[in-house]
Amino acid sequence: MNRVVVVGASAAGLAAVETLRREGYDGTLTLVGDEPHAPYDRPPLSKQLLAGEWSPDRLALRHSADLDTLDLDLRLGVAATGLDVPGRTVRLADGATVPYDGLVVATGVRPRRLPGEGAHVLRTLDDAVALRDRLEPGVRVVVVGAGFLGAEAAAVASRLGAEVTLLEPAPVPLAHAIGDEIGQVLSRAHLDHGVNLRTGVTVTAVTEDGVRLADGERVDADEVLVAIGSLPNTEWLADSGLSTGDGLNCDEYCEAAQHVYAAGDVARWYNPLFGVPMRIEHRTNAAEQGMAAARNLLRPEARKPFAPVPYFWSDQYDMKIQAYGYLRGHDEVAVVDGDLETRRFVAAYRTGDRLTGTLAVGMPPKAIRSWRQAIATGATWREAVPTGDTGDDR
Amino acid sequence: MRVELDEPKCVASGQCVMASPEVFDQRDEDGVAILLEERPGEELLDGVREAVAICPAAAIRLVEE
Repeated sequence: MNRVVVVGASAAGLAAVETLRREGYDGTLTLVGDEPHAPYDRPPLSKQLLAGEWSPDRLALRHSADLDTLDLDLRLGVAATGLDVPGRTVRLADGATVPYDGLVVATGVRPRRLPGEGAHVLRTLDDAVALRDRLEPGVRVVVVGAGFLGAEAAAVASRLGAEVTLLEPAPVPLAHAIGDEIGQVLSRAHLDHGVNLRTGVTVTAVTEDGVRLADGERVDADEVLVAIGSLPNTEWLADSGLSTGDGLNCDEYCEAAQHVYAAGDVARWYNPLFGVPMRIEHRTNAAEQGMAAARNLLRPEARKPFAPVPYFWSDQYDMKIQAYGYLRGHDEVAVVDGDLETRRFVAAYRTGDRLTGTLAVGMPPKAIRSWRQAIATGATWREAVPTGDTGDDR
Repeated sequence: MRVELDEPKCVASGQCVMASPEVFDQRDEDGVAILLEERPGEELLDGVREAVAICPAAAIRLVEE
């Protein structure tokens, strides 16, 4: 293997190229990114960058000297537009055709949008800078979507003195992801901090003066942020013959086709630890999967299934929320430490007879790590949460 | 080789502790990483490199001296 191409120059793509070099690959290594920026970190976009605490240069994922040592054929500001699997070439927006012996697809996701012009989204550095420049005391901000991104942005905007309205279609924000009761705990934090959270409200369009709701009501705003989830960037693969749906479909080795692997937000792969296909839009997964895909590409004879315990964190107001595992589709939530009222607790999630997830707010790291370990070893609910040790029935 | 930890960047994920428990720990009160060995021995460097790669805040750097 002498020519490896990695498409996508964010966390997953960077992890892939670094791992290839670290594992001894010394051939041509092309890294393609559609943004003009060198690889940078996205989680601070809705936190320190939006708050004006960090300047954009603080988000660089690597020092330029460390990037230089990777000896990359770096192509920034140019999107990939097509893939020829039998011919083993990637087509780029500037007309170039790049041949490969091995390919890692790490093209990520883009924000879903609403009809109408003028709303902010929050995915790229440029998005975040544009919103940051508009946040000041008294500005009326409508945030559409009270998921993790919308919640973080609402928290920052209100801290900066903006008048924030947070609109969410579900009766309880994040209920599908983390459960009704925990979702309610996080919701109360918005109200406590003066954010006008309105649930059960569907926004149909962005207008010149704000947003329009499904029942015809208008909510006025100076700035609108749409944070209603994302779509995987797989359009460039449409004629490739690869299987795409919600992401690029891969097996448990993150392989999508011979010599083609995928990593990060765009990859839907089969996670044998949980026995289900999943696509994970979390920062840590991007790095772990970029590393795993690179290793499997480089050493197919020794390849290993990618079976991580997913992890994410979110900073909202004074809360640090951390979660391990696969919480989606859970059957039961139990508070196993602390209590919800004080917003310091550990919750455990059951799916079938397995412990599949844990979510903690404001708890010491060691209190969470043992739960992660139990998830990683496939502990049953009965083993992990002895009867009588849980709070009241959830 | 010297390990640099950019503490204000740390997000308390604890990924470094799992990758390299000999070199990293976490503070009890907020989970922020603690550097136990600024100049770890050769045998620990693979774990440190893993921690550098996996840190979700890009807060760790391994610098040649």
